[in-house]
Amino acid sequence: MKERWIEVVSEADEKQEARFKTWLSGEGIPFVSPGAEKAYQERVTLLKDAIQLKRTPRRVPICPSAGFFPIQYAGATMHDAMYDYDLLNVAWEKYCCDFTPDAYNAPTTVVPGKVLEILDFKLYRWPGHGVAKDNEYQFVEKEYMKAEEYQDLIDDPTGFFLNIYFPRIFGSLKFFEKLPLFPPMNEITCVPPAVVPFGNKEIRSAFKNLAAAGEETIKWRNAVHHINQSAMGKGYPAFSGGFTKAPFDVIGDSLRGTREVLMDMYRQPDQLIEACERITPFMVKSGIASCKATGHIMPFIPLHKGADGFMSDEQFRTFYWPTLRKLIIGLVNEGIVPQLFAEGNYNQRLEVICDIPKGKTVWWFDLTDMERAKETVGQVACIAGNIPLSLLCTAAPNDVELYCKSLIDMAGKDGGFILSTGAGMQGSKAENVKAMIDFSKQYGKYR
Amino acid sequence: MANALVDAMVNMKEPQAEAVAEKMLKSGEDPLKVLEFCRQAVEIVGKQFEAGKYFLPELILAGEMLKKISKMTKPYLKNEPEIQTKRLGKVVIGTVQGDIHDIGKDIVAFLLDVNGFEVHDLGVDVPESKFVKTIREVQPQVVGMGALLTVAFESLKSTVEAIQTAGLRDRVKIMIGGGGVDEKVRKYSGADAYGEDAMAAVNLSKKWTERRYSQ
Repeated sequence: MKERWIEVVSEADEKQEARFKTWLSGEGIPFVSPGAEKAYQERVTLLKDAIQLKRTPRRVPICPSAGFFPIQYAGATMHDAMYDYDLLNVAWEKYCCDFTPDAYNAPTTVVPGKVLEILDFKLYRWPGHGVAKDNEYQFVEKEYMKAEEYQDLIDDPTGFFLNIYFPRIFGSLKFFEKLPLFPPMNEITCVPPAVVPFGNKEIRSAFKNLAAAGEETIKWRNAVHHINQSAMGKGYPAFSGGFTKAPFDVIGDSLRGTREVLMDMYRQPDQLIEACERITPFMVKSGIASCKATGHIMPFIPLHKGADGFMSDEQFRTFYWPTLRKLIIGLVNEGIVPQLFAEGNYNQRLEVICDIPKGKTVWWFDLTDMERAKETVGQVACIAGNIPLSLLCTAAPNDVELYCKSLIDMAGKDGGFILSTGAGMQGSKAENVKAMIDFSKQYGKYR
Repeated sequence: MANALVDAMVNMKEPQAEAVAEKMLKSGEDPLKVLEFCRQAVEIVGKQFEAGKYFLPELILAGEMLKKISKMTKPYLKNEPEIQTKRLGKVVIGTVQGDIHDIGKDIVAFLLDVNGFEVHDLGVDVPESKFVKTIREVQPQVVGMGALLTVAFESLKSTVEAIQTAGLRDRVKIMIGGGGVDEKVRKYSGADAYGEDAMAAVNLSKKWTERRYSQ
């Protein structure tokens, strides 16, 4: 296969500047006042300066990961938020107005429950469907791809997802297992056998379900668009837009499962590596496409199975990092700023992950030692993080302020830092969230 | 021969370990001795983990090898009644109410098992009453509770309280673990200790059961 995404292209800088310019312009955003427009631009500038490492921002940008906190803060349940799009609007507006963060998180993670119902989605349980109505949706880990199926995935990832994976994770798409292979459909005599399955009753019903899910999703998407326009119109940029994943996590999280993928490193290492390589172009392309759809520069990329403890440094360098690095370079080459959210601990990875172009990424940490992060990856990338959820959930505002102070002193030095939470901050006490934002805005001034 | 089995397991040579074990069993080696070598290998792997040389994959793979080889010994044990491998103690484990994540909890339960504990796994989304009931029935020395979500911090706390109210708190040591669990959450919940990784659960359980035996 052609080696791609190893080197940064010479146009990367120019493309990044162009994307920042578009983001900063706020074009198409219905600003409620000139003051709101100014506030929006100031906030985007804080982020741009922190990311590019070319100059120290005016102050540390404060961008907590709202998670599902706005829902609980508005007194609503997760179930309501997943089914009532108007309520979502109320919750997000209240969150932005009451806490005034430097960036908000678009409610795209509050996915429409009705769509999951129509598709009979099995990969997660959600409020009213396997978890209580006031609880968040939760992942159901299983071996959705069997050990002996690697070759099928490698041969044809799209075919594997259509014919094998979708029938396992979407009850309504069970009959997709009858869909034909498409590349053989290239001769006049191949047309009839290839289209026969589409006349089948069950397949037609599966497509009907997909159409219904699509229609419902359009309603939700319009609601989310309205929320975004309204938040940005009041002066708050979104902290991220778009989404993609590390190829190893695609295999490890949603196809093989944790235990299985870790065993595959011993039992079928070559196939695991090849599968990660085969998935990489899809992850690069979907990162680019989702940024285009949201008009944003930073796709959110949660990192899971590469954390400390899950594997050794050598295994990380062999199995996890090569395709993640390709994903990063692939996005950077398009002027996109990958927002890499390293869940758990990344202390043992800090040296390896420095092998990236300077000023082109955000490394967002959860439990990692921020002092070491600043000394290492902080020299080539903006770092973000890492107010612990345990603090926001159980401590008092004064403790939160003390933590923010030492974090800013340590990680905020000379810029290149975004203050955020270690994870989506549902469960946090409102007074702690307020203390974190208000204190850090004051204390985080550079001049 | 003996070292060949331990070596193969410690060096993660899965097919080789199975072949050596099979050869030993076929040549009339005492199956209990074979199992003892497996146990030794698992212990060495645990130590390598402590030393930062091995990680989760090796802990799991060593455990899987032990499981497979103990299955292989079954036919050779038919003359002995019910083979009672020495158990270090009993652990009741589960993911607390409101949380259905089982990845970490399952790995902890598996490692406790292959390291010699009798594990009673209550599954996920476990109500307080089920913990209390099982503690009464099983009388474990250790209770392990998993939680990934922040909503489960409350469940950790209320489950510890329920165990207290039932008058069982003095009889068990409680360990907690999972994503965001740290010392603050430990303190908040009233548990005795928290573990940062799966092996911590094994070490805590060993420490607590040893102490009890020596009392």
